[in-house]
Amino acid sequence: MPTALYDTLRHFADSWGLLYMMAIFLAVVFFLVRPGAKASAMAAARIPLDDATPRDREAGR
Amino acid sequence: MQNLPWIIILGGGTFLSLVLSGLGQDAAFSAHWGIIAAVLGLGTIILMRRPAAPVPTAPAAAADTLAYFDAPIRIGSILTVFWGCVGFLVGIVIALQLAWPELNFGPWFNFGRLRPLHTSAVVFAFGGTALLTTSFYVVQRTSRARLINDNLAWFVFWGYQLFIVMAATGYLLGITQSREYAEPEWYTDLWLTIVWVAYLVLFLGTIIKRKEPHIYVANWFYLAFIVTIAMLHVVNNLAVPVSPFSSKSYSLFSGVQDALTQWWYGHNAVGFFLTAGFLGMMYYYLPKQAERPVYSYRLSIIHFWALIFLYIWAGPHHLHYTALPDWAQTLGMVFSIMLWMPSWGGMINGLMTLRGAWDKVRTDPIIRMMVIAIAFYGMSTFEGPVMSIKSVNGLSHYTDWTIGHVHSGALGWVGMISFAAIYFMVPRLWGRKQLYSPRMVNWHFWLATTGIVIYAAVMWVSGIMQGLMWREYDAEGFLVYSFAETVAALHPYYIARAFGGMLYLAGGLVMAFNIWMTIRGRVRNERPIPTAQLQPAE
Repeated sequence: MPTALYDTLRHFADSWGLLYMMAIFLAVVFFLVRPGAKASAMAAARIPLDDATPRDREAGR
Repeated sequence: MQNLPWIIILGGGTFLSLVLSGLGQDAAFSAHWGIIAAVLGLGTIILMRRPAAPVPTAPAAAADTLAYFDAPIRIGSILTVFWGCVGFLVGIVIALQLAWPELNFGPWFNFGRLRPLHTSAVVFAFGGTALLTTSFYVVQRTSRARLINDNLAWFVFWGYQLFIVMAATGYLLGITQSREYAEPEWYTDLWLTIVWVAYLVLFLGTIIKRKEPHIYVANWFYLAFIVTIAMLHVVNNLAVPVSPFSSKSYSLFSGVQDALTQWWYGHNAVGFFLTAGFLGMMYYYLPKQAERPVYSYRLSIIHFWALIFLYIWAGPHHLHYTALPDWAQTLGMVFSIMLWMPSWGGMINGLMTLRGAWDKVRTDPIIRMMVIAIAFYGMSTFEGPVMSIKSVNGLSHYTDWTIGHVHSGALGWVGMISFAAIYFMVPRLWGRKQLYSPRMVNWHFWLATTGIVIYAAVMWVSGIMQGLMWREYDAEGFLVYSFAETVAALHPYYIARAFGGMLYLAGGLVMAFNIWMTIRGRVRNERPIPTAQLQPAE
């Protein structure tokens, strides 16, 4: 790979690339602590404990 | 004749393998395809002799779509136990070979060929079958949907088993790319790619048609495992075969780029195969067995994103003090250290799920197994970042310390969480009220735990001793020990290590017996494990 291209890619990766990754991660964290998130998270946590089958879902249970 | 299309495909595969065997340009290639032809031929005969399933009537077929597809999960549970015992046994054999080199029976059964057989048997055969099996179980139950297509599920399941057989027989014939955890040659790699894409379609398709609005976090981990392994497998195995009929290929990369690609793959095989997938297991089976939701669902989401954002960068720590640029080594080290946080977040989330129910550790041997698994997850993800620090790595790298670290993760975390999942699933899959013997789960627990503790402790001592002996200088600046002297010093530790492995295998055999008797519907006549009793107030 030509050195100039390598340098360009490397500088892009540790500036804008890093910023982009960080922004996504922070967006996820903020989404998780938004108001109302707690209730939906607690509902999601109970998914494995609910033994409803596809048949129950079909019957509207 | 529902089996007919499968018989034609398998028969065609047998014929094609025979042709490839005949066209082979080297003896290993011909022998390997001969073995594959024999395996496929056997499969064809078994399928032809099976009575054809009755063609379901329309209402029965409609009812079927509302039931879970558990047949491959049942076979997968049995095969997980089987491959586990095989992998542990080969591990003991190579441990004994290190202690007594006379046990190398070349060329097929020498250490160089059996070592990849051991690693692949435990990682891909035992771990991989456990992941496939549990992912089928979990995705259906948390999506309240049947797998999208029965035939596709069978293809993924048996296709993966064929990959295992191809890889294992290839190693014994001396066919290898010499890339750690990616030893299978180009045609085996191509087959796995096909199977893996089918797996992705099956898993994703089932999630898409789910009857549950939210995708449960265990499925996120399984999906990350499937997607990332696809990417790692393809990039790391970019190679050009010498000819279409040769067992030899050459990597597309060379020098340090090749090394970095290999360890980007190698470390993420640990991160996404041996960690993410098994975390999916933890997030389903632990709440299920403990009958309480995970401690913090939001923490599990942060655990997920932080883990996958960080893990992918940690690979360069395998190449400290090599030709790899310094900045890349430092990057690998820094990301490894940052991994502490998601790993321990996940461990705390798992352990805290038992808040207010710690008595279950005493009364429920399956919970006990899960807790030790999570404890080993925490322990090995603490040890790993320490070892990735350059100055520590200067002592630990190339020594037995690394082997000990891998085994505390693999035996402690991966093994124990898989055993717990199997113990959980088997009575439910065969409609049994309980396991044959809960007390034997307890025996398994103690045999395995004692085995791991012996193994890891012995490897710490031998590894650190080895590292210190290698770097010991005298006053004149000469090395104090020759390499052969450091090898001789390891002998007692190698014997102790093999003993630890034997205990672990003994636990596996106890499990195999327990599972077999459970499937047969037997219940052992034994004193029940006492449940928690409250002391009356006086």
